[in-house]
Amino acid sequence: MLKLKNIYKTFNSGTINEKRALDDINLVLNDGDFVTVIGGNGAGKSTLQNVISGTIMPDFGTVEINGINITKYPEHKRAKYIGRVFQDPMLGTASDMWIEENLALAIKRGENRSAFKWMIDNNNSLFFKEQVAKLGLGLEDRLKTKVKLLSGGQRQAITLLMSTLKKPDLLMLDEHTAALDPKTASLVLNLTDEIVKTSNITTLMITHNMRDALNYGNRLIMMDQGRIIFDVAGDEKKKLTVEDLLQKFNTTKDAPSDAMILG
Amino acid sequence: MNIGSLLGAIGQGFIWGIMTLGIYITYKILNVSDLTVDGSFATGGAVFAVTALSNIHPTICLFIAMFVGGICGLVTGILHTKFKIPAILAGILTQLGLYSVNLRILGDKANISVAPVSTNITFLANVLNIPHTRAGMLLGIIISIMCILLLYFLLGTEFGASIRATGNNEKMIRALGVNTDNIKLFGIILSNMLIGLSGALLVQMNKYADVGMGKGAIVYGLASIVIGEVFFRRFSNFGIKLMSSVFGCIVFFIIRAFVISLGLKANDMQLLSATIVVIALAMPIFKENINIRKVGKINSLNEMKQVSSSDEIVKEKIEKREVTEVGGGNNA
Ligand SMILES: Nc1ncnc2c1ncn2[C@@H]1O[C@H](COP(=O)(O)OP(=O)(O)OP(=O)(O)O)[C@@H](O)[C@H]1O
Ligand SMILES: [Mg+2]
Repeated sequence: MLKLKNIYKTFNSGTINEKRALDDINLVLNDGDFVTVIGGNGAGKSTLQNVISGTIMPDFGTVEINGINITKYPEHKRAKYIGRVFQDPMLGTASDMWIEENLALAIKRGENRSAFKWMIDNNNSLFFKEQVAKLGLGLEDRLKTKVKLLSGGQRQAITLLMSTLKKPDLLMLDEHTAALDPKTASLVLNLTDEIVKTSNITTLMITHNMRDALNYGNRLIMMDQGRIIFDVAGDEKKKLTVEDLLQKFNTTKDAPSDAMILG
Repeated sequence: MNIGSLLGAIGQGFIWGIMTLGIYITYKILNVSDLTVDGSFATGGAVFAVTALSNIHPTICLFIAMFVGGICGLVTGILHTKFKIPAILAGILTQLGLYSVNLRILGDKANISVAPVSTNITFLANVLNIPHTRAGMLLGIIISIMCILLLYFLLGTEFGASIRATGNNEKMIRALGVNTDNIKLFGIILSNMLIGLSGALLVQMNKYADVGMGKGAIVYGLASIVIGEVFFRRFSNFGIKLMSSVFGCIVFFIIRAFVISLGLKANDMQLLSATIVVIALAMPIFKENINIRKVGKINSLNEMKQVSSSDEIVKEKIEKREVTEVGGGNNA
């Protein structure tokens, strides 16, 4: 489904700040894979997602989705394949627009937007209401509320819904619950799991919480110094414990962050 | 101030209000500060004057002025989106260049009169048998209402919503598949089309085009938007917001007429409008300071905003959270 071949990325090449963020990444995701990604700060996790989404162009290597080589596609052209949720709850929504308007923007992800068609009509308004009701946050009665009036957790739940409203081939989550309080974080994570499973969406989820990385998904990869140093799936992953991961981390060069040890 | 100068001011307000709508598109909706205005306004006027003087039908001349205004926007838009020049600088560069262009259009004269030819305003004045300024006001009303309706419908469509989203959260709408560079380019062109049209109408109203007629236009426009917001702060309806900037422009020109009737010069208006804009822009900071004193701490909304603006603070929060978790967990 997703195929990365020999991806290299170096930032500030040729200066003293030179940093190889991705170092010969090869990765194949199968349809329906739910992959959790862990690794220390600066391991290259976000850069990996950015290369897939087209926010950053790799120095070398190819990105393929569904057999199409999208390496040279600009970010907006890849949107039709990819749904994303970022760490910062402010980034995923247009704060001055209504919940409903945000959903209307999202359902057209990667499609042409007509200058002659009203963005919200009775039909899609009803559909949005149903979808928002599924979040179980009571937001279905506030569809005409500006998103900036919502809490971080509510916003993140809306962003999650937006990224999957039109089913993406690949869903990428970059520490999307990290800025939320523990209770809201687990609520959003459970929502994520539910949506991913019911729609069978191929997912790449970065997390610093090792328990989450173990509890969710069918596959886990660990990154260090721009490389994938560990890749387990299926039963092997199910047997994995936090201690196993910690041991793995101790062999890495990037110091694991506090958050990870505690996860 | 007599009723005549009041009506005159209102007429001016409607005509400049069309320019204000243009500025509203870039400044408020797209969140791009486009300073092409002072140049493209005069370009619209100059183009109208010379085309009308060569006996082209005045309505067609209005469209030509709009079109050329759009080209001014295209230049700024390309400088900004393709060459990645900051929007403010791109606008200033275009505006500076346009000064020379406008002089050329006017045949190296600082101003030319269109009094010899008939215009849409003189036509209205003849048909309805009303004074020239009254006819100008009527035309201003008709065209500004048309522009408001057009923008209202455009911005409510799927495409229009992506323009609003580009101004609101560029990263997000790009992730949803919108080429934000093209959207900005479109917005800046559309904006300057309205500005060119406004300049052309002013030439009809004043019966002459002047190379300096756009001087300070951007600040007049911003002041008008700000004044409109004061009156219509409570409304979130989009159409009302558009109307409010034209309304603000009318109020602005009434204030201007009033100030002039007090004996100040028209040129003093530049200082006054600059002051209005400064006060409006400084208001949030001012209010925040008062709040801090009142409440003794930043309210939670501002705190949220700050958190979002800085990744580090987010990370700090995460770490704090994890630390509290240690207390309850068995890892400690
Ligand atoms: N735009 C950039 N310019 C320069 N260096 C960058 C840029 N983006 C990332 N880097 C560097 O690349 C490396 C990998 O960064 P990346 O953000 O991918 O790490 P990460 O695994 O997501 O870490 P974290 O867990 O802290 O989010 C880091 O050393 C970072 O400083
Ligand atoms: Mg990261």
